[in-house]
Amino acid sequence: MSVIREADALPTAELAGRALRHESAHLHVTGRAQYADDIPLPAGTLHAAFGLSRVAHARIRQLDLSAVLAAPGVVAVGLPSDIPGENNYGSVVHDDPIFTDTLVQFAGQPMFAVAANTHLQARRAAVLARVDYDELPAILDVRSALAAQSFVIPSKTLRRGDPQAALVRAPRRMQGTLSIGGQDHFYLEGQIAVAIPQEDGAMLIHSSTQHPTEVQHIVAAALKLRAHDVIVQCRRMGGGFGGKESQPALIAAAAAVLARKTGRPVKLRLDRDVDMLATGKRHDMIADYDVGYDDDGRICALSVMLAARCGYSADLSGPVNDRAICHVDNAYFLEHVEIVSHRCKTHTVSNTAFRGFGGPQGMMVIEAVIDDIARRLQRDPLDVRRANFYGAAPRNITPYGQSVDGNVLDTLSERLLSSSGYRERRAAIAQWNAGSATIKRGIALTPVKFGISFNATHYNQAGALIHIYNDGTVMLNHGGTEMGQGLYTKVAQVVATELGLPLSAIRVTAADTSKVPNTSATAASSGSDLNGKAAQAAAQTLRLRLVEWAATAFDVPAGAIRFDNGVVWLGERALPFAKLVAQAYMARISLSATGYYRTPAIHWDGTALRGRPFFYYAYGAAVSEVAVDTLTGESQLQRVDILHDVGRSLNPALDIGQIEGGFLQGAGWLTTEELWWNARGELKTHAPATYKIPTAYDWPREAHVHLLQQQPNGEDTIYRSKAVGEPPLMLAMSVFHAIRDAVAACAAPGRNVPLQAPATAEAVLAAIEQLRAVETAP
Amino acid sequence: MSDAIRFVLDGQTVTVADVAPTMTLLDYLREHAGRRGTKEGCAEGDCGACTVVLGELSPDGSAVDYRAVNSCIRFLPTIDGRELVTVESLRDGDTLHPVQQAIVDAHGSQCGFCTPGFVMSLLALYLATPDAAPTRERVIAALAGNLCRCTGYRPLIDAGCRMHQYPTPARWSAADADRAERVQALLALRRDQGLSLPGFQAPRTLKQLCEALAAQPQALLLAGGTDIGLWVTKLLRDLPPMVYLGDVAELRTIDTDADGRLRIGAAVSHTDAWAAIVARYPMLDELAQRFASPPVRNAGTLCGNLANGSPIGDAMPALIALGATIELHHHSGTTRCLPLDAFYLGYQQKDLAPGEFVAAVYVPAPQPAQRIASYKLSKRIEQDISAVCVGINLTLDADAVIVDARIAFGGMAATPQRAIATEAQLIGQTLSVASFDAAAAALATDFQPLSDLRASSAYRLRAAGNLLRRFALEQTQAATPLRTHALDAGSLDAPA
Repeated sequence: MSVIREADALPTAELAGRALRHESAHLHVTGRAQYADDIPLPAGTLHAAFGLSRVAHARIRQLDLSAVLAAPGVVAVGLPSDIPGENNYGSVVHDDPIFTDTLVQFAGQPMFAVAANTHLQARRAAVLARVDYDELPAILDVRSALAAQSFVIPSKTLRRGDPQAALVRAPRRMQGTLSIGGQDHFYLEGQIAVAIPQEDGAMLIHSSTQHPTEVQHIVAAALKLRAHDVIVQCRRMGGGFGGKESQPALIAAAAAVLARKTGRPVKLRLDRDVDMLATGKRHDMIADYDVGYDDDGRICALSVMLAARCGYSADLSGPVNDRAICHVDNAYFLEHVEIVSHRCKTHTVSNTAFRGFGGPQGMMVIEAVIDDIARRLQRDPLDVRRANFYGAAPRNITPYGQSVDGNVLDTLSERLLSSSGYRERRAAIAQWNAGSATIKRGIALTPVKFGISFNATHYNQAGALIHIYNDGTVMLNHGGTEMGQGLYTKVAQVVATELGLPLSAIRVTAADTSKVPNTSATAASSGSDLNGKAAQAAAQTLRLRLVEWAATAFDVPAGAIRFDNGVVWLGERALPFAKLVAQAYMARISLSATGYYRTPAIHWDGTALRGRPFFYYAYGAAVSEVAVDTLTGESQLQRVDILHDVGRSLNPALDIGQIEGGFLQGAGWLTTEELWWNARGELKTHAPATYKIPTAYDWPREAHVHLLQQQPNGEDTIYRSKAVGEPPLMLAMSVFHAIRDAVAACAAPGRNVPLQAPATAEAVLAAIEQLRAVETAP
Repeated sequence: MSDAIRFVLDGQTVTVADVAPTMTLLDYLREHAGRRGTKEGCAEGDCGACTVVLGELSPDGSAVDYRAVNSCIRFLPTIDGRELVTVESLRDGDTLHPVQQAIVDAHGSQCGFCTPGFVMSLLALYLATPDAAPTRERVIAALAGNLCRCTGYRPLIDAGCRMHQYPTPARWSAADADRAERVQALLALRRDQGLSLPGFQAPRTLKQLCEALAAQPQALLLAGGTDIGLWVTKLLRDLPPMVYLGDVAELRTIDTDADGRLRIGAAVSHTDAWAAIVARYPMLDELAQRFASPPVRNAGTLCGNLANGSPIGDAMPALIALGATIELHHHSGTTRCLPLDAFYLGYQQKDLAPGEFVAAVYVPAPQPAQRIASYKLSKRIEQDISAVCVGINLTLDADAVIVDARIAFGGMAATPQRAIATEAQLIGQTLSVASFDAAAAALATDFQPLSDLRASSAYRLRAAGNLLRRFALEQTQAATPLRTHALDAGSLDAPA
């Protein structure tokens, strides 16, 4: 791979940068990979289930659990009164009860949990509760919440320049609105935790979690224990996507409360419906905008009101909406800008982290604004996009004051434009559309610029622990969690590279709060940036220790000692790594080390909304082409071309996997994945029969997915790579805008396309009919 | 007296006694057999994480057919007499099966939770395509019942296309699956009287079935279980005693009667039923392909779909349009037939007397002057439930005037229902876009559809009318591109 040839900074083994298979691939395909539900349990383990509220907003007059307790196999129920410590799993604002006490705030809220001898017994018992509700008026959507000024946390405003004056001054001005749907994570493995009581009051938790440390602290607070009394482990998740950042604490805490009460191990595995009803999703948002622009489509001023449905509690809605604010610019320079962000409280499930973390919604706003400008001006939206790209100073400062350095979007979009044949295809599509009344085609190129680092500066730290055993094998542990993204593979590649070992010498072990403490969530795409660097530090400590000892022991200069592919070169003399290690052990050299990393150079003022929250930006762009059936509104993605910047890739195969998977997940968000609540606030799309994520058929028949080659990260990241977890999701905006393009072809040019997300067949047909209605109106 | 369930697993006969008849195959595997490679993702047959392969003796007892099914909604007693293949069955030391190796090499697993299900769906395809690699389209079709949230599917599709490039494995090659020992092992499990457990009976003959029903009038008839399974896993219901149709020899056949009609028995799977129907009506191929997913089609039965009578069932609109007839048996031995549309009286109400059951459906032979189509609208192309589904069957005279029209909709009313007023508008008209647009106005007379999670009332009505327009366009302007899926990404030449 050319990636490796170019990798002059790489240490000898060069394992980093190779397209190696996922470290668990052989376990995945044979069914031997162990998930939390597969761990053999101690005899006497109980199985739990939540009892959920059925109304959106009510006082609980009476909760009668006699039928629950009398049901076959039931051993205990868990109620707020069974929680010795704090009845809360909210990490930021403590407003998330584990079991709600007197007030129900959404349909599907856990009121209690029941433990029984089998999972089925627990589920059957849980639905037998008799609840006497005193129903209260419920606020169910964003517009109602705005009207009622119902917020979970205060609104924030980011302002730069003088947007109101600039709007008035601008040669052209337009207002518009966009609604952006939410999204269920639909990780294939539902939420699960197993709580196993230990001696002396301690608790061991197996949790499917992106955030073991948070689970540890919340379980400890609920049980009135201290952090060192709770151990949380997670070897792997069956998918996370942000859904297992804050939500697993609820599951683990409920299991722990029941384990504490019964003195027996308790497994709480949510079935799919309960998982979808009771745990948070991507925030749906609405945006009203007012934009001033010139005849070239350049934005002179932009004012945006962005309102998010947060649900009943704060959860991570603060940082999610902060990131939304910080991504309204996407790839574009906004000189005079005002973004008002409302965090609406509704009587629906509390929305949470989801891949992109507010960024996608913010970026959808500006892409719609630009598309609307281009339609008005009858210009190719791509040209308007490029006219607004960040450029040289002073057009390189984000609304929050960070300078956009190392911007590759001009190069990247030019290459993609050419490799995808965008111009030729646009012309051919126009010709097609002129001759096709029923099927309209559309094409769009949309860019992605995504900020990498947690906005909250203190999360940007990580630890690792490496043991070298005296047979030369290595145990690697770090605070990051494996949810399928390949983090464990990448970090193992780093350690193997640093120690000059084959990958097989490294065993990566479960994330474990008793090995590496005070970890951050594996989130914000930061997993390999943070943990890779921490593990590198630990490996370098060990290597240095071995070198210093060997230089003396073998009387060679330290500079002449190299580690390569399981062999240590002491000048001309070669010694197997295992032999060297065995001798080092005999010489009483410590073979265990921790490593620590904190991201440099970042700072953020969350009140003023100013600073450098992001260490760097990841970039990408995609060209999507769709066909739309104007009779039914059905759309089909025909082709996609993607060029994405991962810096110097740690593992091109894993990175391509993240890009393709993120893209299709984003495409699902913007097309078929529709969350639908009835008038009583009950979510009716709570299983795959009703909630439709993409299938194999939805992957386009023609796809060209490539990494932007030879673009090492300008910042000193792990081997100059870039994060890849979230950014590719937003490449799917090209699908939405290709559909808009096809819909636009249904009417004369010059009109905005009133298409909302998700672009279901119904939404597309509605947009087409609205456009045509304008056309035929007198 | 009570039997034990017997099935073949990895060459051994497994005997299971004393389990609830509603225990799912998945629960058995995970909680009792210690085989936790098979996963639960949804417990409703929609995500495919639980996919296993079942081998079943062909009706003539000469071969074993291996097909992918969802273990999460399959009651354990219904695998009696069958061969079970799970992801663990592929184990051969450290050597991976070609299906597994192809997925590893294509980087086709990320979180890995869905992966064993993909392995099993691809295994079924591998066994069904012994001679050559399947086409990309066939791979995609085989994976319609497997959801993956990580990969975007591209590497999994690639793995399916490449799995034949690997050396033939010692275990679970097509030749290995064809070994006579496998047939022998299942023949040895054949029963004359059928399995009988407390709360579960699996008669082998129509006579035994009638006797069982006469003895237990309140019994629940179970066929594929792709709906009834959910009554247990989702609705947490206690079920009455069940009588299983899947082993009744007379109900497992597809025949042609003297009038040239297909007679499809009540235990015939969708897979087999639709293959026979599409052979006669090739224009129904898309409907057949989009009907649920392969594992559901392999388990579920056409007659079960008809007997269930859901207003959004996909079989009814096309079959009502074709003029299908349903055959009802009473356990006393009497039979009667009625037109399929007459069977549906109201929401979840059917013309079915106590003691009666659906024994077969008759699908008429194609006629020369017919124009037939079926369209389905859903949020997602594959494995979704219809918002609107329509079956259209016109008969034209020599002057191309419509002399008969049968147009039936699903998703538009409380039952699958003909569009009587719309049909009447078409009679006597020529087949043109104008006549269909005019007739579509009558849909508002025929239907007042509901708004729900799948679509609004307004969309249903509008789209239903537009589907009639699509039909007219297809019939009159065949050269014009009318369907998105028929386009190639590369074919950007302007339409003629």
